[in-house]
Amino acid sequence: MTEPILRLSGLTKRFGEFTAVNEIDLDVEEGEFFTIVGPSGSGKSTLVRMLAGLEEPSGGEIALRGRRLNETPANRRPTCMVFQSLALFPHRSVGQNIEFPLKMRGVAREERRTRAMELLRLLRLPEAYYGKNVTQCSGGERQRVALARAFAYDPEILFFDEPLSAIDYKLRKTLEKELKDIHKETGKTFMYITHSLEEAMVMSDRIGVMRAGDLVQVGTPEEIYTRPRDKFVSEFMGEVNVIDVRRGMNGRASGVGIPGDFLLREMPEGFESGHLVVRPEYLRFIDAPGEAENHLRGRLYNEYVLGSRIQYQVRVGERVFMVERLRQQAFRGKLDEEVLIGWDAKDSILVTN
Amino acid sequence: MTAIATTGADNRRKPRMRWLSLSSGARYSLPVLVLLAVGFVAPLIAVIAFSFAEPRSFAVFGAPTLENYRTIFDPANTVYLSFLWSLFFAALAVVILALLCYPVAYGLAHIFGRWANLITLLLVFPLFISENIRLFGWVLFFIKNGVLDGTMKTLFGLEVQSLLFTPPIIVFGMVYVYLPFMLFPMVLGLSMVPRDVVEAAGDLGASRLQIFREVELPLAMPGFIIGGLLTFVLSVGAVAESKVLGGQSVIVITHDIEIAFTYAQNWPLGAALSVLLMVVIGALVLLVLRYLDLDRILGRR
Repeated sequence: MTEPILRLSGLTKRFGEFTAVNEIDLDVEEGEFFTIVGPSGSGKSTLVRMLAGLEEPSGGEIALRGRRLNETPANRRPTCMVFQSLALFPHRSVGQNIEFPLKMRGVAREERRTRAMELLRLLRLPEAYYGKNVTQCSGGERQRVALARAFAYDPEILFFDEPLSAIDYKLRKTLEKELKDIHKETGKTFMYITHSLEEAMVMSDRIGVMRAGDLVQVGTPEEIYTRPRDKFVSEFMGEVNVIDVRRGMNGRASGVGIPGDFLLREMPEGFESGHLVVRPEYLRFIDAPGEAENHLRGRLYNEYVLGSRIQYQVRVGERVFMVERLRQQAFRGKLDEEVLIGWDAKDSILVTN
Repeated sequence: MTAIATTGADNRRKPRMRWLSLSSGARYSLPVLVLLAVGFVAPLIAVIAFSFAEPRSFAVFGAPTLENYRTIFDPANTVYLSFLWSLFFAALAVVILALLCYPVAYGLAHIFGRWANLITLLLVFPLFISENIRLFGWVLFFIKNGVLDGTMKTLFGLEVQSLLFTPPIIVFGMVYVYLPFMLFPMVLGLSMVPRDVVEAAGDLGASRLQIFREVELPLAMPGFIIGGLLTFVLSVGAVAESKVLGGQSVIVITHDIEIAFTYAQNWPLGAALSVLLMVVIGALVLLVLRYLDLDRILGRR
């Protein structure tokens, strides 16, 4: 394996008593699209601000291709950041915005213009936009201008601090895909910050999940989705059904507060208690207990149409379970009727804390 | 909308209330329009009319004459010196104020944090005391055997000559009196510069100086221009500083105007000087306002 482009070791940031980022170790590979995801206040923004040089680390080291970066001020780091607000220069035209980093480095006017035109093409902006006022651009266009500006002097890594969070859903979906295309075309290393796991899933090669300053889990979207390390990660991945369980008989886990013994995908060594996570799309309605490896008996409480899918809420005792079906495979049960829901052991995840 | 609709219905019933069909905007602005007409437009017209009246007369409605302007532009007359002094003092005061206020304004906008309110309050306090009284306070401070002179003599045995009654002390007075009028627009201007835009400039490779030149200065410029304009106009129109502190060592144009109206009893000449001063300042203000986007300052964009 080649040397990582970015290596964080024990990176920490404290604000007074409060630890925003707590001893993070992370390697980011060359050309990777790496996403840090976490709820607000998890320290992800502080982390990326340290990497960009806008915040000074309280401890640990940032190394770019093996070279310590801690003491390098932001304007001398070969990295660039796209801000949440985009931070375009409102008093400059689209062209001047894109050329700004080149102008700061004393690149000649003609060369700057050539590069700006090249970037306009790369980001699918019309060349006529060169002289346009940025305040007159639409949200998506401004996004592209910010990206073009970040690419202008060819940074080694691009950081993104939730640049899509203020954009409406439809445009965000388009821009997510565009960003991934641009990542592919340029081959640059992207480090992206978001609170939306959905966004992270669409774009990333690898994802790091942060909680309260800690990097809880790092893995591919597939790994994070199918093998969340703990309850927090699994719940962060969207709506899930969680059953508290403890060691039961015959290699089964026995429910706490939910009656039943459940077959697990595998019984970890020394298992005492934990949480069994079953995603709503892996739960299904069954006619008889034998149709699935595990089952629960409950009452159909309500149903919600979520676009292409329908979510059913089933009450089992005091608990509510979510079952999701595709619209074409809608369940024809009546509300308040008794139903059986079931899942197979391979579709459940056991997390231990 | 509702108000207009209601008046519309009333109109049909009572034709005598027709004047109410003025738009609500026009009706609401009526009081201030009347005030402006009586208190601003009328005196302005009177001054302009007087400037074309027979010299040393009080007959406004006689045959108009350019005699007063001829007197002012007569090479033998030295009134142009007063004009130049006034403009020079005002320009100097603006430059000094800009240099003096920038660091304080930057601090108030970005650094002082919770102390900013207290500092603002302390800077505003002197405005509650009449300008003349404050200037006489400075006279006591600077005068021979005054606070400064006495202190220096007692403590260090140094003779400080009276600094009063010189042109520099006039500029000092202007800087002192008009400081808040430069400072607060500057604070406003600087706080209009988004922090992340400044951070982005740094991240994109700009040095501290480049950030100032390329981002902070242009984005804060509206505030700076308003401050400069305000203090310039006030300084050109200032008369107390040159009279109280300057002790008539230099006669500024406003002083000339005052003399013409009072001591010399030559209202037409005073009016003509006033009109000229208004034309000069007005031209300057219009020139500057052309480059200023008030909408942006008021946050409409």
